[in-house]
Amino acid sequence: MEDLTLKLKEQIIEALNLEDMEVDEIETDEPLFGEGLGLDSIDALELIVLLEKNYGIKIENPKDGQKIFYSIKTMAEYITEHKS
Amino acid sequence: MVYINGTASLSPQNSLDYNKFLEGIIEYEKDFLQSIKPNYKEYMKPIAARRMSKTVKNGIICSQKALQEAKVDIPDAIIVGTGLGIVSDTEKFLENMLNNDEKFLTPTAFIQSTHNTVAAQIALKIKCHNYNFTYVNRGFSFESAVIDAIMHINEGKKNILIGGTDEMSEHYFHIIRKNGRWKKTKVKNTELLNYTTNGAICGEGVNFFVLSSEKKEDSYSEIKAINTFYKPENSEEINSKLQSFLNDADIKINDIDLVINGHTGNAAGDKIYDDFLQENFENKPALYYKHLTGEYQTANSFALWLGANILKTKIIPDFTRLNDKPISKVKNILIYNHYFNINHSFILLSQA
Amino acid sequence: MIYITGIGAISAIGNNVSENLHSLKNKITGIGKIKYLETNYKDEIPVGEVKMSDNELITALSLNKERAFTRTALFGIKAAKEAVDNAGITDINKYKTGIISATTVSGMGSSEKYYQKFLHTDFANDFIKTHEAADHTEKIADYLGIKEFMTTISTACSSSANAMMLGARLINNGILDRVIVGGADALSKFTLNGFNTLMILDREPCKPFDKERKGLNLGEGAAFLVLESEKVVNEEGKKPLAILSGYANANDAYHQTATSPEGYGPFLAMSNALKNAQLSVDNINYINVHGTGTENNDLSEGKALKKIFNNKVPKFSSTKAYTGHTLAVAGSLEAIYSILSIQNKIIFPNLRFENSIEDLNLIPETKLIENIEIEHILSNSFGFGGNGTSLVISKVR
Repeated sequence: MEDLTLKLKEQIIEALNLEDMEVDEIETDEPLFGEGLGLDSIDALELIVLLEKNYGIKIENPKDGQKIFYSIKTMAEYITEHKS
Repeated sequence: MVYINGTASLSPQNSLDYNKFLEGIIEYEKDFLQSIKPNYKEYMKPIAARRMSKTVKNGIICSQKALQEAKVDIPDAIIVGTGLGIVSDTEKFLENMLNNDEKFLTPTAFIQSTHNTVAAQIALKIKCHNYNFTYVNRGFSFESAVIDAIMHINEGKKNILIGGTDEMSEHYFHIIRKNGRWKKTKVKNTELLNYTTNGAICGEGVNFFVLSSEKKEDSYSEIKAINTFYKPENSEEINSKLQSFLNDADIKINDIDLVINGHTGNAAGDKIYDDFLQENFENKPALYYKHLTGEYQTANSFALWLGANILKTKIIPDFTRLNDKPISKVKNILIYNHYFNINHSFILLSQA
Repeated sequence: MIYITGIGAISAIGNNVSENLHSLKNKITGIGKIKYLETNYKDEIPVGEVKMSDNELITALSLNKERAFTRTALFGIKAAKEAVDNAGITDINKYKTGIISATTVSGMGSSEKYYQKFLHTDFANDFIKTHEAADHTEKIADYLGIKEFMTTISTACSSSANAMMLGARLINNGILDRVIVGGADALSKFTLNGFNTLMILDREPCKPFDKERKGLNLGEGAAFLVLESEKVVNEEGKKPLAILSGYANANDAYHQTATSPEGYGPFLAMSNALKNAQLSVDNINYINVHGTGTENNDLSEGKALKKIFNNKVPKFSSTKAYTGHTLAVAGSLEAIYSILSIQNKIIFPNLRFENSIEDLNLIPETKLIENIEIEHILSNSFGFGGNGTSLVISKVR
């Protein structure tokens, strides 16, 4: 799980072009959206593709993203549960 | 009356500060000239800039500076001209789409590739709900923004933010070079006028202005008139356009003190400027500037920046002199530009 | 006073204005399976394609086959020529005449076909020159012989509404006497894939303002109008089709792609357009809404409508269920549909609507309404970058 959270942080920094950000600046439990890291609906769409491309997980309804992408932790849990 | 009350420029020269710009020309020997990147962290948080290409960031920086100079928080309109839009993001999305057979595409580059991204991001940044336009007509893109801004002021608006923005990418440069538009080899910008071959020097830049209805103590200059014309047949047509332009602006040709021209090192295109000067302004001092910036669709916005700063400071950089005709006074400047003999324009600037 | 004296259109529901009218009256939708666009999504994503190939357009317009005409330019020439003919113009340069076109991607449909060859091989052809947005405007101007004034606007989905607004202002400022305004956009793989990444493309024909709406369908085409000053209309003794009586552009300044939940930008655009037309909300008989069929747009636009009309929203419908979202063309195409409404005393139905959106309780017109006197129509166009424009089209008294 720890490996996965670290990997996810790296992938998010890369995919969302968060230049100059380090993995330890993203808290595993912190909300990714809104008050937390400050991501928005466009980032959510980026994350949907990230899951599909790297983990083979397809999210059909963008609304489902709200729960899955709440934090790195929830993302990692979802991936572990659904990875094919 | 329309006054320039704020300006800002990011170009391949040190133009963000006119005094620094005056220190001297930055020399290049390159395929195309690229704008100098400011330290973006000084201007915006990385998270806010995460999706922005260079042009968008430069647009935001220049718009901020121009607004600050004019002491305007929220302009009555934001109007941007761009010939090409955001080429880097357009290419990114296009190449991903073609290389991955339409799979695993993400929205960011697509969204950012929209032509009106710069104007929209400025509005978003300063929460400006007013008129927001983007013109995309090759060498008329910036000029359309100026015409629109002047109309707004005539309609009673006070402060209009306008900008010309264009960026060049390696790939698009390569494709357009095939078309004969750019020089086939690297260009030495300080030797631009010595080339006898066809093909222009290519470049990019972002230049912003606040045009206002009110004259201030530190106003740069007044924009007296602007006119655009499309594909003139010959020099007679250009000369007659000049005559009617000056008539409409109610100014005599002898009252023009200085002419700023858009020489690009392209022999065929530069002949048009040389003929124009010889036939109309034989004894007048003249300047050029595209050895500083390279040619691009909205390069004329740099000429406006240069002219405005000359009228304000009365300092004319040596490295912009096209001839050595004596300069006694500078009250009225005519800017003449053409983009590959397709889009021609005149702008008349006067001391504020 | 800005008079509209000529109209021309090509869209998924017709190759000229009268074919468009026929489809609108008879509930014939243009949304269907992709035929011309080359994409992997051919069988998956329905669109509103123009039912003519590039070659058919070139032949119909008697154009030189050797020249590089993008599909966008071909649509533009077709519709602009129809508008100029419709206005009875024989000598285009008799008055100071300009052209303003609008586009989102202009020549992208051609660029994406040749891009890799241009980049990686020695291959070159004239489509190298057609990528820039201005290309299609220049092609139209050259075809019609317009030299006095030209520009191109790109403000996403409000582009051609903005072209109309600029045209009116150029006449009001005495810069031009006559101006051909509109927009042209051909579908491209680039656009289709771009909207697909936003997950807002309905896999079925779209259902604007419906509770179960799943997104938009993309469309294509061109629509142009001739705007003329009072002076020209009087001198030529013309009978105008309609009046462009008000316009306003406002920015939502909320998000790069999404509209604010309360639709502040759309509210501003509509209220400022009414102010500009010196009309009150009671004067509006019908609204051609932007109504794309996306969850976000229809909800925000609906809320803005309720706010501005004090919950008494006039008759309204979205014609995008017929044509798809024609992007830069939507504003001028729907302005032409508004003129057809006024001329024919009809209101076009909002196809496929079943149930209203819960928070809104707004019900668009679902049947063709005939014999209805219409004085003033509000037409909305909202786009990326928070760009929103509303136009008021009025009957000639």
